[in-house]
Amino acid sequence: MKSSKQPLPTWQSFTVELLLYAVLVVAYFFFVLHYLGGWFKELFDHHRTLFAVMALVVMIGQTVGLEIVCGFLIWLVRQRKK
Amino acid sequence: MHFPISGATIDPFYLVGLGFLIGIFGGFFGVGGSFLANPVLFVMGLPMNFVVGTDLLHIVGKSIVAARKHGILGNIDMKLAGFMVLGTVGGNEVGVQGIEMLKKMAKVDLVVGVATIVVFVGISIFMFAEGWQASKIRGSRKPVSQQTAQEKDKRAFKGIARWTHSLDWAPKMDLPHSGIKSISIWAILIVSFISGIFSGFLGGGAGYIRMPFLVYLLGIPTHIAIGTDLFEIVVSAGYGSFRHAMNGNVDVLVALIMQTGAAVGAQIGAVLTQYFNGPRIRIAFAPLPLIGACLIIYGLATGHAQH
Repeated sequence: MKSSKQPLPTWQSFTVELLLYAVLVVAYFFFVLHYLGGWFKELFDHHRTLFAVMALVVMIGQTVGLEIVCGFLIWLVRQRKK
Repeated sequence: MHFPISGATIDPFYLVGLGFLIGIFGGFFGVGGSFLANPVLFVMGLPMNFVVGTDLLHIVGKSIVAARKHGILGNIDMKLAGFMVLGTVGGNEVGVQGIEMLKKMAKVDLVVGVATIVVFVGISIFMFAEGWQASKIRGSRKPVSQQTAQEKDKRAFKGIARWTHSLDWAPKMDLPHSGIKSISIWAILIVSFISGIFSGFLGGGAGYIRMPFLVYLLGIPTHIAIGTDLFEIVVSAGYGSFRHAMNGNVDVLVALIMQTGAAVGAQIGAVLTQYFNGPRIRIAFAPLPLIGACLIIYGLATGHAQH
Protein backbone atom coordinates (compact mmCIF):
# COMPACT_ATOMS: atom_id res chain seq x y z
CA MET A 1 0.00 0.00 0.00
CA LYS A 2 1.55 3.29 -1.02
CA SER A 3 0.48 6.84 -0.37
CA SER A 4 2.32 9.72 -2.04
CA LYS A 5 1.74 13.13 -0.52
CA GLN A 6 0.94 16.14 -2.68
CA PRO A 7 2.07 19.60 -1.55
CA LEU A 8 -0.87 21.13 0.31
CA PRO A 9 -2.54 23.99 -1.59
CA THR A 10 -2.42 27.40 0.07
CA TRP A 11 -5.51 29.37 1.05
CA GLN A 12 -4.42 31.94 -1.52
CA SER A 13 -4.69 29.30 -4.26
CA PHE A 14 -8.10 28.27 -3.00
CA THR A 15 -9.32 31.87 -2.88
CA VAL A 16 -8.17 32.50 -6.44
CA GLU A 17 -9.76 29.25 -7.50
CA LEU A 18 -13.05 30.11 -5.79
CA LEU A 19 -13.11 33.56 -7.42
CA LEU A 20 -12.47 32.05 -10.83
CA TYR A 21 -15.22 29.53 -10.30
CA ALA A 22 -17.63 32.26 -9.19
CA VAL A 23 -17.02 34.14 -12.44
CA LEU A 24 -17.32 30.96 -14.49
CA VAL A 25 -20.51 29.92 -12.73
CA VAL A 26 -22.26 33.22 -13.44
CA ALA A 27 -21.10 33.15 -17.07
CA TYR A 28 -22.18 29.55 -17.35
CA PHE A 29 -25.69 30.29 -16.09
CA PHE A 30 -26.23 32.63 -19.02
CA PHE A 31 -24.73 30.12 -21.41
CA VAL A 32 -26.91 27.33 -20.06
CA LEU A 33 -30.02 29.48 -19.98
CA HIS A 34 -29.72 31.02 -23.43
CA TYR A 35 -28.12 28.30 -25.52
CA LEU A 36 -28.04 24.89 -23.92
CA GLY A 37 -31.51 24.98 -22.34
CA GLY A 38 -33.55 25.03 -25.55
CA TRP A 39 -31.18 22.69 -27.34
CA PHE A 40 -31.27 20.07 -24.59
CA LYS A 41 -35.06 20.32 -24.33
CA GLU A 42 -35.31 19.69 -28.07
CA LEU A 43 -33.02 16.66 -27.78
CA PHE A 44 -34.92 15.41 -24.71
CA ASP A 45 -38.25 15.55 -26.54
CA HIS A 46 -37.21 14.17 -29.92
CA HIS A 47 -33.76 12.51 -29.81
CA ARG A 48 -33.48 10.73 -26.49
CA THR A 49 -30.34 8.67 -27.30
CA LEU A 50 -28.47 11.74 -28.51
CA PHE A 51 -29.68 13.57 -25.39
CA ALA A 52 -28.21 10.86 -23.17
CA VAL A 53 -24.88 10.91 -25.01
CA MET A 54 -24.63 14.72 -25.07
CA ALA A 55 -25.57 14.98 -21.38
CA LEU A 56 -22.53 12.84 -20.50
CA VAL A 57 -20.26 14.55 -23.02
CA VAL A 58 -21.14 18.05 -21.82
CA MET A 59 -20.86 17.05 -18.16
CA ILE A 60 -17.41 15.49 -18.63
CA GLY A 61 -16.34 18.36 -20.88
CA GLN A 62 -17.36 20.93 -18.29
CA THR A 63 -15.53 19.07 -15.50
CA VAL A 64 -12.32 18.65 -17.47
CA GLY A 65 -12.47 22.23 -18.74
CA LEU A 66 -12.85 23.69 -15.25
CA GLU A 67 -10.01 21.50 -13.96
CA ILE A 68 -7.63 22.62 -16.71
CA VAL A 69 -8.40 26.31 -16.27
CA CYS A 70 -8.07 26.12 -12.48
CA GLY A 71 -4.91 24.03 -12.60
CA PHE A 72 -3.34 26.62 -14.89
CA LEU A 73 -4.35 29.47 -12.61
CA ILE A 74 -2.97 27.79 -9.48
CA TRP A 75 0.27 27.12 -11.35
CA LEU A 76 0.47 30.82 -12.24
CA VAL A 77 -0.12 31.83 -8.60
CA ARG A 78 2.67 29.49 -7.40
CA GLN A 79 5.07 30.76 -10.05
CA ARG A 80 4.48 34.35 -8.96
CA LYS A 81 5.06 33.41 -5.29
CA LYS A 82 8.41 31.83 -6.20
CA MET B 1 -34.95 29.71 -12.87
CA HIS B 2 -37.30 27.40 -14.76
CA PHE B 3 -35.87 24.09 -15.92
CA PRO B 4 -37.86 23.04 -18.98
CA ILE B 5 -36.84 19.37 -19.00
CA SER B 6 -38.11 18.52 -15.50
CA GLY B 7 -40.59 21.40 -15.31
CA ALA B 8 -39.17 22.45 -11.93
CA THR B 9 -38.39 26.02 -10.86
CA ILE B 10 -35.27 26.22 -8.67
CA ASP B 11 -32.90 29.05 -7.67
CA PRO B 12 -29.63 28.18 -9.50
CA PHE B 13 -27.50 29.60 -6.67
CA TYR B 14 -29.03 27.05 -4.31
CA LEU B 15 -27.89 24.38 -6.77
CA VAL B 16 -24.33 25.75 -6.83
CA GLY B 17 -24.28 25.89 -3.01
CA LEU B 18 -25.60 22.35 -2.77
CA GLY B 19 -23.02 21.20 -5.31
CA PHE B 20 -20.21 22.87 -3.35
CA LEU B 21 -21.29 21.25 -0.08
CA ILE B 22 -21.65 17.75 -1.44
CA GLY B 23 -18.41 18.24 -3.39
CA ILE B 24 -16.59 18.64 -0.07
CA PHE B 25 -18.36 15.57 1.34
CA GLY B 26 -17.50 13.58 -1.77
CA GLY B 27 -13.82 14.42 -1.67
CA PHE B 28 -13.61 13.88 2.09
CA PHE B 29 -15.80 10.81 2.64
CA GLY B 30 -15.44 9.22 -0.80
CA VAL B 31 -19.16 9.23 -1.41
CA GLY B 32 -21.08 10.88 -4.19
CA GLY B 33 -23.08 13.00 -1.77
CA SER B 34 -26.45 11.66 -2.86
CA PHE B 35 -27.45 11.08 0.79
CA LEU B 36 -27.74 14.87 0.93
CA ALA B 37 -28.23 15.90 -2.72
CA ASN B 38 -31.22 13.64 -3.35
CA PRO B 39 -33.31 14.81 -0.38
CA VAL B 40 -32.43 18.48 -0.99
CA LEU B 41 -33.29 18.27 -4.69
CA PHE B 42 -36.54 16.52 -3.76
CA VAL B 43 -37.44 19.26 -1.27
CA MET B 44 -36.48 21.91 -3.86
CA GLY B 45 -39.25 20.51 -6.05
CA LEU B 46 -37.59 18.07 -8.47
CA PRO B 47 -39.69 14.92 -9.08
CA MET B 48 -38.07 11.82 -7.51
CA ASN B 49 -37.36 10.07 -10.82
CA PHE B 50 -35.50 13.23 -11.98
CA VAL B 51 -33.74 13.44 -8.60
CA VAL B 52 -32.33 9.94 -9.09
CA GLY B 53 -31.17 10.40 -12.71
CA THR B 54 -29.95 13.99 -12.40
CA ASP B 55 -27.90 13.31 -9.29
CA LEU B 56 -26.20 10.40 -11.04
CA LEU B 57 -25.15 12.63 -13.95
CA HIS B 58 -23.87 15.34 -11.65
CA ILE B 59 -21.89 12.73 -9.73
CA VAL B 60 -20.08 11.65 -12.90
CA GLY B 61 -18.56 15.11 -13.23
CA LYS B 62 -17.84 15.59 -9.55
CA SER B 63 -16.28 12.16 -9.07
CA ILE B 64 -13.87 12.65 -11.97
CA VAL B 65 -12.30 15.58 -10.11
CA ALA B 66 -12.24 13.82 -6.72
CA ALA B 67 -11.00 10.49 -8.14
CA ARG B 68 -8.13 12.25 -9.89
CA LYS B 69 -7.11 13.89 -6.63
CA HIS B 70 -7.21 10.54 -4.80
CA GLY B 71 -5.30 8.93 -7.67
CA ILE B 72 -2.47 11.41 -7.16
CA LEU B 73 -2.49 10.57 -3.44
CA GLY B 74 -2.17 6.85 -4.28
CA ASN B 75 -5.61 5.99 -2.89
CA ILE B 76 -7.01 3.95 -5.81
CA ASP B 77 -6.79 0.14 -6.06
CA MET B 78 -7.24 -0.30 -9.81
CA LYS B 79 -7.48 -4.09 -9.65
CA LEU B 80 -10.33 -3.93 -7.15
CA ALA B 81 -12.05 -1.11 -9.05
CA GLY B 82 -12.00 -3.10 -12.29
CA PHE B 83 -13.91 -6.03 -10.76
CA MET B 84 -16.28 -3.73 -8.90
CA VAL B 85 -17.30 -1.96 -12.10
CA LEU B 86 -18.57 -5.27 -13.52
CA GLY B 87 -20.82 -5.98 -10.54
CA THR B 88 -22.02 -2.39 -10.19
CA VAL B 89 -23.11 -2.04 -13.81
CA GLY B 90 -25.19 -5.23 -13.50
CA GLY B 91 -26.78 -4.06 -10.26
CA ASN B 92 -27.36 -0.60 -11.69
CA GLU B 93 -29.44 -2.04 -14.51
CA VAL B 94 -31.64 -3.88 -12.00
CA GLY B 95 -32.14 -0.63 -10.05
CA VAL B 96 -33.01 1.37 -13.18
CA GLN B 97 -35.61 -1.23 -14.17
CA GLY B 98 -37.07 -1.01 -10.65
CA ILE B 99 -37.56 2.75 -11.05
CA GLU B 100 -39.26 2.22 -14.41
CA MET B 101 -41.64 -0.29 -12.86
CA LEU B 102 -42.53 2.15 -10.05
CA LYS B 103 -43.04 4.98 -12.57
CA LYS B 104 -45.71 2.89 -14.27
CA MET B 105 -47.37 2.30 -10.90
CA ALA B 106 -47.00 6.03 -9.97
CA LYS B 107 -45.35 5.07 -6.67
CA VAL B 108 -41.81 6.38 -7.24
CA ASP B 109 -41.79 9.13 -4.60
CA LEU B 110 -43.23 7.03 -1.80
CA VAL B 111 -41.32 3.77 -2.34
CA VAL B 112 -37.95 5.38 -3.11
CA GLY B 113 -38.46 7.86 -0.27
CA VAL B 114 -39.21 5.20 2.35
CA ALA B 115 -36.40 2.91 1.10
CA THR B 116 -33.98 5.84 1.31
CA ILE B 117 -34.99 6.65 4.89
CA VAL B 118 -34.51 3.03 6.03
CA VAL B 119 -31.10 2.69 4.35
CA PHE B 120 -29.81 6.08 5.51
CA VAL B 121 -30.81 5.55 9.16
CA GLY B 122 -29.26 2.07 9.16
CA ILE B 123 -25.97 3.28 7.70
CA SER B 124 -25.84 6.21 10.08
CA ILE B 125 -26.26 4.05 13.19
CA PHE B 126 -23.72 1.46 12.00
CA MET B 127 -21.06 4.00 10.99
CA PHE B 128 -21.34 5.87 14.29
CA ALA B 129 -21.19 2.68 16.38
CA GLU B 130 -18.17 1.37 14.49
CA GLY B 131 -16.35 4.71 14.32
CA TRP B 132 -16.87 5.18 18.07
CA GLN B 133 -15.53 1.70 18.86
CA ALA B 134 -12.56 2.17 16.52
CA SER B 135 -11.65 5.55 17.97
CA LYS B 136 -11.11 3.84 21.36
CA ILE B 137 -8.47 1.55 19.86
CA ARG B 138 -5.00 2.74 20.76
CA GLY B 139 -3.05 3.80 17.67
CA SER B 140 -0.01 5.84 16.70
CA ARG B 141 0.87 8.85 18.88
CA LYS B 142 2.23 10.80 15.93
CA PRO B 143 0.18 13.78 14.64
CA VAL B 144 -2.41 12.59 12.09
CA SER B 145 -0.80 14.50 9.21
CA GLN B 146 2.47 12.55 9.82
CA GLN B 147 0.85 9.09 10.09
CA THR B 148 0.88 6.59 7.26
CA ALA B 149 -2.43 5.39 5.78
CA GLN B 150 -2.13 2.14 7.80
CA GLU B 151 -1.47 3.99 11.07
CA LYS B 152 -4.51 6.20 10.48
CA ASP B 153 -6.79 3.28 9.75
CA LYS B 154 -7.94 1.87 13.08
CA ARG B 155 -11.08 -0.18 12.64
CA ALA B 156 -13.58 -2.11 14.78
CA PHE B 157 -15.60 -5.15 13.63
CA LYS B 158 -12.54 -6.56 11.85
CA GLY B 159 -14.00 -10.04 12.24
CA ILE B 160 -16.45 -9.40 9.38
CA ALA B 161 -13.63 -8.72 6.91
CA ARG B 162 -11.64 -11.72 8.17
CA TRP B 163 -14.69 -13.92 7.55
CA THR B 164 -15.03 -12.53 4.00
CA HIS B 165 -11.33 -13.17 3.31
CA SER B 166 -11.69 -16.75 4.55
CA LEU B 167 -14.53 -17.58 2.13
CA ASP B 168 -13.32 -20.38 -0.11
CA TRP B 169 -15.22 -19.40 -3.26
CA ALA B 170 -12.94 -19.84 -6.26
CA PRO B 171 -11.53 -17.97 -8.05
CA LYS B 172 -9.60 -15.96 -5.47
CA MET B 173 -7.06 -13.19 -5.98
CA ASP B 174 -4.78 -10.87 -4.05
CA LEU B 175 -5.11 -7.08 -3.72
CA PRO B 176 -1.54 -5.96 -2.94
CA HIS B 177 -2.37 -2.25 -3.11
CA SER B 178 -4.95 -2.74 -0.33
CA GLY B 179 -2.73 -5.15 1.63
CA ILE B 180 -5.08 -8.16 1.10
CA LYS B 181 -3.41 -11.50 0.38
CA SER B 182 -6.45 -13.47 -0.74
CA ILE B 183 -10.10 -12.67 -1.40
CA SER B 184 -12.84 -14.33 -3.45
CA ILE B 185 -13.71 -12.49 -6.67
CA TRP B 186 -17.33 -13.46 -5.98
CA ALA B 187 -17.29 -11.49 -2.72
CA ILE B 188 -16.23 -8.38 -4.65
CA LEU B 189 -18.81 -8.95 -7.38
CA ILE B 190 -21.67 -9.52 -4.90
CA VAL B 191 -20.80 -6.41 -2.89
CA SER B 192 -20.57 -4.28 -6.04
CA PHE B 193 -23.77 -5.78 -7.49
CA ILE B 194 -25.75 -4.89 -4.36
CA SER B 195 -24.34 -1.37 -4.28
CA GLY B 196 -25.16 -1.07 -8.00
CA ILE B 197 -28.82 -1.88 -7.25
CA PHE B 198 -28.84 0.90 -4.63
CA SER B 199 -27.23 3.27 -7.11
CA GLY B 200 -29.78 2.61 -9.85
CA PHE B 201 -32.76 2.53 -7.50
CA LEU B 202 -32.02 5.26 -4.93
CA GLY B 203 -29.81 7.42 -7.11
CA GLY B 204 -26.29 8.70 -6.69
CA GLY B 205 -23.19 6.59 -6.82
CA ALA B 206 -24.32 4.62 -3.72
CA GLY B 207 -20.99 5.41 -2.08
CA TYR B 208 -22.96 5.69 1.17
CA ILE B 209 -23.38 1.92 1.07
CA ARG B 210 -20.37 0.89 -1.05
CA MET B 211 -17.88 2.63 1.22
CA PRO B 212 -19.01 0.72 4.37
CA PHE B 213 -19.09 -2.50 2.29
CA LEU B 214 -15.52 -1.94 1.12
CA VAL B 215 -14.22 -1.10 4.58
CA TYR B 216 -16.08 -3.64 6.76
CA LEU B 217 -16.96 -6.52 4.43
CA LEU B 218 -13.93 -6.55 2.16
CA GLY B 219 -11.44 -5.11 4.67
CA ILE B 220 -10.09 -2.36 2.38
CA PRO B 221 -8.20 0.42 4.23
CA THR B 222 -10.44 3.49 4.57
CA HIS B 223 -8.33 5.83 2.44
CA ILE B 224 -8.02 3.26 -0.37
CA ALA B 225 -11.77 2.55 -0.08
CA ILE B 226 -12.54 6.25 -0.57
CA GLY B 227 -10.34 6.62 -3.66
CA THR B 228 -11.40 3.31 -5.22
CA ASP B 229 -15.05 4.04 -4.55
CA LEU B 230 -14.78 7.39 -6.30
CA PHE B 231 -13.02 5.89 -9.31
CA GLU B 232 -15.63 3.16 -9.56
CA ILE B 233 -18.44 5.72 -9.23
CA VAL B 234 -17.21 7.54 -12.35
CA VAL B 235 -17.79 4.42 -14.44
CA SER B 236 -20.95 3.09 -12.78
CA ALA B 237 -22.63 6.50 -12.44
CA GLY B 238 -21.75 7.21 -16.08
CA TYR B 239 -23.58 4.06 -17.12
CA GLY B 240 -26.49 4.69 -14.75
CA SER B 241 -26.98 8.29 -15.84
CA PHE B 242 -26.93 7.24 -19.51
CA ARG B 243 -29.66 4.68 -18.86
CA HIS B 244 -31.72 7.14 -16.83
CA ALA B 245 -31.29 9.81 -19.52
CA MET B 246 -32.58 7.35 -22.11
CA ASN B 247 -35.65 6.84 -19.88
CA GLY B 248 -36.24 10.58 -19.46
CA ASN B 249 -35.13 10.83 -15.83
CA VAL B 250 -32.30 13.37 -16.21
CA ASP B 251 -32.45 17.17 -16.10
CA VAL B 252 -29.00 17.90 -17.49
CA LEU B 253 -29.23 21.65 -16.78
CA VAL B 254 -29.70 21.07 -13.05
CA ALA B 255 -26.75 18.64 -13.06
CA LEU B 256 -24.46 21.05 -14.94
CA ILE B 257 -25.15 23.92 -12.56
CA MET B 258 -24.63 21.72 -9.48
CA GLN B 259 -21.34 20.45 -10.85
CA THR B 260 -19.86 23.96 -11.08
CA GLY B 261 -20.00 24.18 -7.28
CA ALA B 262 -19.10 20.55 -6.68
CA ALA B 263 -15.86 20.81 -8.65
CA VAL B 264 -14.41 23.25 -6.10
CA GLY B 265 -15.75 21.39 -3.06
CA ALA B 266 -14.33 18.05 -4.20
CA GLN B 267 -10.79 19.45 -4.31
CA ILE B 268 -11.07 20.85 -0.80
CA GLY B 269 -12.53 17.59 0.53
CA ALA B 270 -9.78 15.41 -0.95
CA VAL B 271 -7.08 17.55 0.68
CA LEU B 272 -8.86 17.47 4.06
CA THR B 273 -8.57 13.64 4.27
CA GLN B 274 -4.85 14.08 4.97
CA TYR B 275 -5.62 15.66 8.35
CA PHE B 276 -7.99 13.00 9.73
CA ASN B 277 -7.66 9.31 10.57
CA GLY B 278 -10.15 6.63 9.46
CA PRO B 279 -12.39 6.45 12.59
CA ARG B 280 -12.76 10.23 12.76
CA ILE B 281 -13.76 10.36 9.10
CA ARG B 282 -16.36 7.66 9.72
CA ILE B 283 -17.77 9.30 12.89
CA ALA B 284 -18.02 12.61 11.03
CA PHE B 285 -19.87 10.82 8.22
CA ALA B 286 -22.43 9.17 10.53
CA PRO B 287 -24.90 12.06 11.03
CA LEU B 288 -25.00 13.04 7.36
CA PRO B 289 -27.32 10.29 6.10
CA LEU B 290 -29.63 11.12 9.04
CA ILE B 291 -29.94 14.68 7.74
CA GLY B 292 -30.88 13.24 4.35
CA ALA B 293 -33.46 10.94 5.96
CA CYS B 294 -35.02 13.88 7.83
CA LEU B 295 -35.29 15.88 4.61
CA ILE B 296 -37.01 12.99 2.85
CA ILE B 297 -39.46 12.63 5.75
CA TYR B 298 -40.14 16.36 5.51
CA GLY B 299 -40.70 16.11 1.75
CA LEU B 300 -43.07 13.17 2.08
CA ALA B 301 -44.94 14.60 5.09
CA THR B 302 -45.52 18.02 3.54
CA GLY B 303 -46.33 16.64 0.11
CA HIS B 304 -43.41 18.65 -1.30
CA ALA B 305 -42.54 17.58 -4.84
CA GLN B 306 -45.20 14.90 -5.01
CA HIS B 307 -45.72 13.74 -8.58
